[in-house]
Amino acid sequence: MLEIKDLHASINGKEILKGINLSVKTGEVHAIMGPNGSGKSTLSNVLVGHPAYEVTRGSVTFDGKDLLAMSPEDRSHEGLFLSFQYPVEIPGVSMVNFMRTAVNEQRKYKGLPALTASEFLKLMRQKREVVELDSKLANRSVNEGFSGGEKKRNEIFQMAMLEPKLSILDETDSGLDIDALRIVAEGVNKLKTPETSCIVITHYQRLLDYIKPDIVHVLYKGRIVKTAGPELALELEEKGYDWIKKELGE
Amino acid sequence: MQLEPNKYVKELTREKYKYGFTTDIHTDIIDRGLDENVVRLISAKKNEPEWLLNFRLKAYRHWLTMDMPTWAHLTIPDIDYQAISYYADPTRKKEGPKSLDDVDPELLKTFNKLGIPLEEQLALSGMAVDAVMDSVSVKTTFKETLMEKGIIFCSISEAVREHPDLVKKYLGSVVGYRDNFFAALNSAVFSDGSFVYIPKGVRCPMELSTYFRINAAGTGQFERTLIVADDDSYVSYLEGCTAPMRDENQLHAAIVEIVVLDRAEVKYSTVQNWYPGDAEGKGGVYNFVTKRGICKGEGSKLSWTQVETGSAITWKYPSCILSGDNSTAEFYSVAVTNNYQQADTGTKMIHLGRNTRSTIVSKGISAGRSQNSYRGLVRVAERADGARNYSQCDSLLLGSECGAHTFPYMDIHNETAVVEHEATTSKISEDQLFYCNQRGISTEDAVGLIVNGYAKEVLNKLPMEFAVEAQKLLSVSLEGSVG
Repeated sequence: MLEIKDLHASINGKEILKGINLSVKTGEVHAIMGPNGSGKSTLSNVLVGHPAYEVTRGSVTFDGKDLLAMSPEDRSHEGLFLSFQYPVEIPGVSMVNFMRTAVNEQRKYKGLPALTASEFLKLMRQKREVVELDSKLANRSVNEGFSGGEKKRNEIFQMAMLEPKLSILDETDSGLDIDALRIVAEGVNKLKTPETSCIVITHYQRLLDYIKPDIVHVLYKGRIVKTAGPELALELEEKGYDWIKKELGE
Repeated sequence: MQLEPNKYVKELTREKYKYGFTTDIHTDIIDRGLDENVVRLISAKKNEPEWLLNFRLKAYRHWLTMDMPTWAHLTIPDIDYQAISYYADPTRKKEGPKSLDDVDPELLKTFNKLGIPLEEQLALSGMAVDAVMDSVSVKTTFKETLMEKGIIFCSISEAVREHPDLVKKYLGSVVGYRDNFFAALNSAVFSDGSFVYIPKGVRCPMELSTYFRINAAGTGQFERTLIVADDDSYVSYLEGCTAPMRDENQLHAAIVEIVVLDRAEVKYSTVQNWYPGDAEGKGGVYNFVTKRGICKGEGSKLSWTQVETGSAITWKYPSCILSGDNSTAEFYSVAVTNNYQQADTGTKMIHLGRNTRSTIVSKGISAGRSQNSYRGLVRVAERADGARNYSQCDSLLLGSECGAHTFPYMDIHNETAVVEHEATTSKISEDQLFYCNQRGISTEDAVGLIVNGYAKEVLNKLPMEFAVEAQKLLSVSLEGSVG
């Protein structure tokens, strides 16, 4: 589904990603772990086409298509979704209007007719239940005045609405108490199908107690330095990252 | 080579102003220039009575003693008042057409193209229209239907002929010809506009609207509108305006006067979409307008709602004089400037009566290299016990080369008055736009969503059909402003 080859990227002229190779197959859940500043968020931002980052080398294909040649909105229409680490507030724009525009733009891209108001509201009601999102939140402006947990839940709600093929969860666990974490993780699991894949970016094992990864990678100084099964996450939880640094001869 | 990209940019900006076409029609245009003879000629063309000619001449003589106002936050190029023609009649006939069969099909086509069908059976439900092109009213619809209720809705020229007592009583009673430079000019050379009279106790059953269109080149439009709402009456009035795209600047200097008597209510809404000039700031309408209403009666109510997206320069302060006790006034405004547009707009709330209340909500949106200013005055006179005002003015910036300015003035002479003022400035951030992009929403659509959300409070005040149009208009006006 996703094929990243020798990806280099920089921000403000500073190289952050220094040759990433990663292959995510349909139905797989990958976890990307690593210490602060290793390039985890850069990787997710580059994949969704954030304009602040410049790709200097390498290629990324998504379902066989050249992802890097696509606009951010087309990447979304093709089925790529990012749950932001820090979801932004958009005052004045109601969640209903925002999601309706997003859903209908995606349908337009796929050559489908726009949903009517009643079809859309029904869809919203269904999907809201996935993350137990309060109906009152849906009537508020996008993320405005939401607590940290509500913002993250709102991200997963949007994921449910847009039904992406590949979701990237960027530190979705940060700032969540244990109950919110469970709700968010259960939401992600409910949305998981054999046809969809997921990249979970996290510091900690605790999210992976809920969302079971097939493969765990360690990202360090802009490169993937270790790849193994789910047991790697447990080992990192226990020992921290220093032993990896040692292995690398630092 | 240098010319090619410019041409492309030009075409692109032209596409976006969809009312920029011209109508090829024989138009009776008087020679350019302004002197007493021109004032007499305009009056003669309209077969006006002596008193009105004298009103015009007094105004003209006063105008000669005045200078262009310079206090606004605007850079106004020199305007050559002798280079403008002050009267252009596309209907050719001396008398306004009596039935639709007499109206030139080209004119009907023009208004159809603007979405303003003048055939009554095609009209938007519940809306009567007075269509004014250049200096002349082309057609007023539903006139007879309204007349059955005693409502007078016609062009001001016709009102001068048919209802001289009413016109004589109220014309210039709210905006005197000495009021300001452009008011004096308008009073001297004004041509058509609408006249509305709602009799005592009548609730006008349909929206009344006037659609102003400038067509002829080298002309200015100086329309004049007078609305009188008698005791216990109600009317909602809409005004729309567009002009062709021309490289020259065109002058539009209008006066709107509104008189609201005991317990009457007038809602006045404007969607101003005069040609704003191209992306390089060439062409566009200079819009210098004096709009003022008086809440003369006890418990009367006046509400101004404006969506200003057009014009190269806008100088406009729809105001209210709250002279009746317990009267209420509102001003809701969205002003958008893009490219090189300049707007200096706001309101004046003059509290004279007791327990008078006013509300001001102004939303400025600036993009490109435009300058957008809010200027507002709240005055509470000595005897206006219990007067209240609430003002809120917000500015939204798109990009870093535009300007937003706020000039609130308060002049309070009564200790019991309560006056509140709130202001905010915000900017659409890259992060907000990217968040929308990631959800599959293009930057232009994202700007549209954010801007419409920001302006919602004002747009909600517009009548339904207008609100939808205005929403689209806001998005179109800001196309290409980000990215």
